[in-house]
Amino acid sequence: MEHLSFEFDGGVHAPKSGKAYAVAGVVASSNLEVLAQPQELGGRVRFEVDTTAAHFQDAWRAVITDFIERRQPRDVLFSINDFAAIPPVVSLRLDQAWEGLE
Amino acid sequence: MKQTPRISFYEASARQRVAGLLDPGSFREILPPTEKRTSPHLGLFDAPVSFDDGVVIGEGTLEGKPVAIFAQEGKFRGGSLGEVHAAKITGLILRAAARKPQAVLGLLDSGGVRLEEANAGEIGSTEIMRAIFEARRVGVPVIGLLGGSCGCFGGASIIAGCCDALVASEEARLSVSGPEVIETVMGVEAFDSRDRALVWRTTGGKNRFLFGKVATLVDDHIPAFRTAASALVRPSTPLRLDSLRTERDALVRRIATFGTCTDAKQIWEKMGLPADRVSDMTAAELTAAKPA
Amino acid sequence: MSSPDKVARRTEKLARVAKAFGPGKVIPAARTVEFLELILSPGDRLVHEGDNQKQGDFLAEKLAQMDPKKVHGLKLALSCIGLPEHLDLFENGIAEVVDFAYAGPQGGRLAELVGNGTVKIGAVHTYVELIARYFAELRPDVACLVAVDADAEGNLYTGSNTEETPALAEAAAFGGGIVVVQANTLTDNLRRIDIPGEWVDFVIESPKPFHLEPLFTKDPALIDETRILMAMMTMKAIYQKYLPKVLNHGVGFNTAAIELLLPTYGEELGLKGKACTHWALNPHPTMIPAIESGFVEAIACIGGEVGMEDYVASKPDIFPLGHDGSLRSNRFYGQMAGHYADMFVGATLQIDPFGNSSTVTADRLAGFGGAPNFGAENRSRRHLSEAYLRAGAEAHQGEFMPQGRKLVVQMVETFQSANTPTFVERLEAWEAMKTAGFAIPPVMIYGDDVSHVVTEEGVANLLLCRTIEEREQAVRGVAGFTPVGLKRDRTMVANLRDRGIIQRAEDLGIRKSDVSRDRLAARSIHDLVRWSGGLYNPPSRFRNW
Repeated sequence: MEHLSFEFDGGVHAPKSGKAYAVAGVVASSNLEVLAQPQELGGRVRFEVDTTAAHFQDAWRAVITDFIERRQPRDVLFSINDFAAIPPVVSLRLDQAWEGLE
Repeated sequence: MKQTPRISFYEASARQRVAGLLDPGSFREILPPTEKRTSPHLGLFDAPVSFDDGVVIGEGTLEGKPVAIFAQEGKFRGGSLGEVHAAKITGLILRAAARKPQAVLGLLDSGGVRLEEANAGEIGSTEIMRAIFEARRVGVPVIGLLGGSCGCFGGASIIAGCCDALVASEEARLSVSGPEVIETVMGVEAFDSRDRALVWRTTGGKNRFLFGKVATLVDDHIPAFRTAASALVRPSTPLRLDSLRTERDALVRRIATFGTCTDAKQIWEKMGLPADRVSDMTAAELTAAKPA
Repeated sequence: MSSPDKVARRTEKLARVAKAFGPGKVIPAARTVEFLELILSPGDRLVHEGDNQKQGDFLAEKLAQMDPKKVHGLKLALSCIGLPEHLDLFENGIAEVVDFAYAGPQGGRLAELVGNGTVKIGAVHTYVELIARYFAELRPDVACLVAVDADAEGNLYTGSNTEETPALAEAAAFGGGIVVVQANTLTDNLRRIDIPGEWVDFVIESPKPFHLEPLFTKDPALIDETRILMAMMTMKAIYQKYLPKVLNHGVGFNTAAIELLLPTYGEELGLKGKACTHWALNPHPTMIPAIESGFVEAIACIGGEVGMEDYVASKPDIFPLGHDGSLRSNRFYGQMAGHYADMFVGATLQIDPFGNSSTVTADRLAGFGGAPNFGAENRSRRHLSEAYLRAGAEAHQGEFMPQGRKLVVQMVETFQSANTPTFVERLEAWEAMKTAGFAIPPVMIYGDDVSHVVTEEGVANLLLCRTIEEREQAVRGVAGFTPVGLKRDRTMVANLRDRGIIQRAEDLGIRKSDVSRDRLAARSIHDLVRWSGGLYNPPSRFRNW
């Protein structure tokens, strides 16, 4: 298992559903669970990733950067349990979790 | 033949099942994923954890009736009973025994005890059983709902056996030993675990229903599960010596009648059912055809 | 070997057989090897029937048992190298050269045998191309064919999976060749005559029915959300925009997802009656819900599908049925129907930044099958349709001569597996070219034939690209997190997106949380059986009841 932490400047959208959290996905082979929680982060977004596939830091950074660019979230903590999902699946789950809070 | 879309129980995640079964907006989760009560054991095996350890627990209402509910996530490590997972279920049922909602709904979707935490899981399973008997002793019925992708095997199947009543779909599978285990122990000639039709007609919901193990057979549709579970909500009949004797006598009669059958189809034939058609019948058709 | 004495050699062979076996067309199965050694001469061109579904397995087994001292140097030609015996012919020294279209299951071993010189490849073809050559320079000396039933006169019932039999029989029977048929059953009462007896020289009742692969059965349970997302984007960006009426789908799960979304999402998009009415397609079980929902007017079948017989027979207006009530498929005509269609949607294993694609990899010579015919811009089309004109208007905007355009859609996930990206800077076909000694790489669909590339990341409309650089960035712009995708020029991709050349799910109004298996009209094989009213009878490996 590898733990990765990322923090980035967020975009223009704060979560507005009022929900305490949203979950997308299940921790199963080639899949992952994304837990999104609104959190006061001064406009930033944080990602805490636990993954079974080590040495993919660059791929995670690329997927997350793309996600932030497209969806522009701010003040959200994303906690992730990953079971070797490929990048497009990670991207889909991030979008789904974010849409649960939007 | 145009089909009206079903809301599949088999397909749904544990969270989707809970949301679909209970009255909208009524569910209050206990130990939600934000609490992050994850398994203390899986990390030692370099295995990923889940924020709810593969089980959703909480309270809500079912057609207005207050109920406690737990739902196993079959897709996370086969819905396996780990230490935290089992403790969440035990705690929920004991809380129900104290607070007396009208029922506990148990959505079982599990291959049994989690290999990586076998000792804790075994103990946890027996604690769940004891909690069920405690709830039943005080009159709170425990209703098992079966129809997930993982089936209900090992420790989970014994938990199912402790319930007041079971609701199942054709897609459900209920057996102490899983197909692969039987094949490994008895040989492929005795049971070919890759013969899907054989696995389902032996362990599947329809056969369990015809045997009387399952009280209500439903189609794979969450609203059908809801209606069936709600109809079964009535005060639990506590287990007593005489009720156990009655059940044992029924089992003795069953062995006497069907003990020589080598395939479920022979059993169905003996029951007077059109054995080749059973697999194609809907839940309603089979319920109507079932001998009294 | 189309030497001028071909007819004389045929006469001589037939006399040899008559001497050994007596008069009549029926050869006893037990003496098949002896028989084959009489009708095949060294250096003959042997056409063996077998494709991605049906296999002349009995004759293949017997051909491989021939004595290489008697029969050698054969030039084998066949649609699909589908059986181990086909390659045994080379290892046993019986055959030398092979011309083929597809080698799915034997692709790995074929690559190995070509690498060590055991097999020489004449050419890798498309199905139609290979059949066409049987009438030109690849005329068969002997054709070994497959039938369901035969009578003693040689009349054949070839049934649901007729496919290539008529074309192969005609090429041999009218080209001085000998036609030999393995039939499941010899009978006096054929339910229908698909091939007249005078085209057929010999029939052999095979001890067991020929193998039939349920290749077009895709279990809806295996369609994941990624595929549903891609299917929804394709339907919104392409089906709804161009309204293709006549189309062909490949055999993969991506197109199966579209088929299962037609009655739900397709209905929401207003496609019913306006698009997807006529198909060149085998009887895909995943088409049942669309048929039952009234989307489909007719399907031209290239082949049949195991388990679909009763369902197909219940739809005489949609499927090509004989007067006996059973399906008759025809690969040549089906391919032609797809060739002249408005749209092809398929998948591939590799795509390069210019949109060239191939299923050939360094260690697998899989071949192409029918995809290059279905999936090619058709410069010989003259009839017009809404879709053809709309696509043409985009592709030829501003040109002097207005033209139509076929839609050729490649629908691929960016990764085949965690470490195998679909998008690559250079196709492995270049390596295969060296290994197999080809003059140019074996490309399945050329980039300039492709109109759209769809991935999880979005839809790239290549018709609107005006330069090769734009086309390259449009492909990179949907190549996701593959190395090809990461090398995109971000400014150019943003510009392509502004111009609608690249569309993301959000540009198409598709929310990721709406992407769900709940949208599929059927989520299991069992659901398909229900849709069929119990008429679809899936093979047991697809059952869980």
